[in-house]
Amino acid sequence: MTSVNTGDTSWMIISTALVMLMTPGLAFFYGGLVRRKNVLSIMMQCLLLVGVISIQWVLFGYSLAFGPDHGGLIGGLSWAGLNGVGLAPNPDYAATIPHQLFMVFQMMFAIITPALIVGAFAERMKFGAFLIFSVLWATIVYDPVAHWVWGVGGILRQLGALDFAGGTVVHINAGMAGLAAALVIGRRKGYPDTSPPHNLPFAILGAALLWFGWFGFNAGSALSSGGLAVSAFLATHMAAAAAAVAWAALDWLTSKRPTALGLISGAVAGLVAVTPASGYVTPLGAMGIGALAGLVCYVSVVLVKNRLGYDDSLDAFGMHGVGGMLGALLTGLWATKVINPAGADGAFHGDIKQLLLQFIAVVAVAAYSFVLSWGLLKLVDKLVGLRVSEQNENIGLDLTQHSESAYTLVG
Amino acid sequence: MKYIIAIIQPDRLDEVIAALSEEEINLMTVSDVMGRGRQKGVAEVYRSHVERGGLLHKIKIEIAVSDSRVWETVDAITRGAHTGNIGDGKIFVLELEECLRIRTGETGAAALA
Repeated sequence: MTSVNTGDTSWMIISTALVMLMTPGLAFFYGGLVRRKNVLSIMMQCLLLVGVISIQWVLFGYSLAFGPDHGGLIGGLSWAGLNGVGLAPNPDYAATIPHQLFMVFQMMFAIITPALIVGAFAERMKFGAFLIFSVLWATIVYDPVAHWVWGVGGILRQLGALDFAGGTVVHINAGMAGLAAALVIGRRKGYPDTSPPHNLPFAILGAALLWFGWFGFNAGSALSSGGLAVSAFLATHMAAAAAAVAWAALDWLTSKRPTALGLISGAVAGLVAVTPASGYVTPLGAMGIGALAGLVCYVSVVLVKNRLGYDDSLDAFGMHGVGGMLGALLTGLWATKVINPAGADGAFHGDIKQLLLQFIAVVAVAAYSFVLSWGLLKLVDKLVGLRVSEQNENIGLDLTQHSESAYTLVG
Repeated sequence: MKYIIAIIQPDRLDEVIAALSEEEINLMTVSDVMGRGRQKGVAEVYRSHVERGGLLHKIKIEIAVSDSRVWETVDAITRGAHTGNIGDGKIFVLELEECLRIRTGETGAAALA
């Protein structure tokens, strides 16, 4: 295996671990935002996916997403059970690291994407329904979309749409599914009079872990250790910084106080938006993307959502859907071959065509995800029922779905 | 015997305990509570969720005293808790029917102190 580069492999192993950490990070981010009586249910949902999707990925998910192409739409089952996926590099995907490392790196993305959707149906979904929905969603929505955008021969990849680390595959995908879930499952009881976050320090801790892990998410998508990884790392960080400051500034202007939740939400919005762009833009371009993401997601989450009245409890759509779409389109503006010759030039660097390609990819993924997620939710509702009973919603999911209580408050 | 319940601002607790100690009143139960008086509290903002000001954090102190010591106790609490600002709190004096020390079984005045 003379073509395996130890520097690239080291970095990719670390990146894989960093992205894995994002799912527990997400568990804390979401967990701190819900009521005390539901915090374990959020964490259980996120962490169970680490187990279940890992298994699904190895058994057939990776093959469907990245396996040899069928009609531009799906990878088929020839790599099921990691058949043909060994330690020798796969030159089509990552020529200098073991194929299994590429596979396990991608696994972490496949895990966190369904975990993001949890934010939309928090505090009211039956655990069994969640499990069935998530595994089916991973198989018929995530895996095909990953194939279209990242698989060799995938239709959107062939088209030339750019998605460095998962703006469409992860964020738009999960965001649209979140919107479908919020609409199908309905509002929490008592909405809009719901409770404030029960543990903001958890949410802040979670956001910090997400920011940290995102370095693996984006810079690891360089699949190599070198200039491109550094560029993606820097773009990721600057977008987060610019977005955090932008959101805090908006908070200060509109509600007279900058809030901690606003600051970290801004950072997350920036990280989401820069994800598709991270390997194609300059640090200043990344700051522009971050600042715009802070602004747009702020409007979406704080102003628009209440007007429209849908209960996307933890803003899966408002942050990931909207942020992902914004980022994918901004990639079409700010991408430059100076940073990454394997990318393209966006409209700001001379070519308007890329913006159009991004738009097509955004619409295709958003529509597919929304429609199939909707159908899948309706199906699971028919099979087992999606929503807990009103009484169980009152008592809380930790006790009713898991027989557990997060905090021992007395005795 | 009387049972005194005092609701005070959390940051006055040390002063109240010190003032009670000066009167040699050292037995008490202290708990964290939420409450409001005529003031409506501070607005809280969490992204799209706005709490318009409901309950505020307070401290509750409960003390059982003999009838003869009621007003020393009330005065001591007041000395420690008073700031002149809205939200200083309230003191309630209730009739206490019986009091028992679990370790020894003593009742009445012997159990109070």
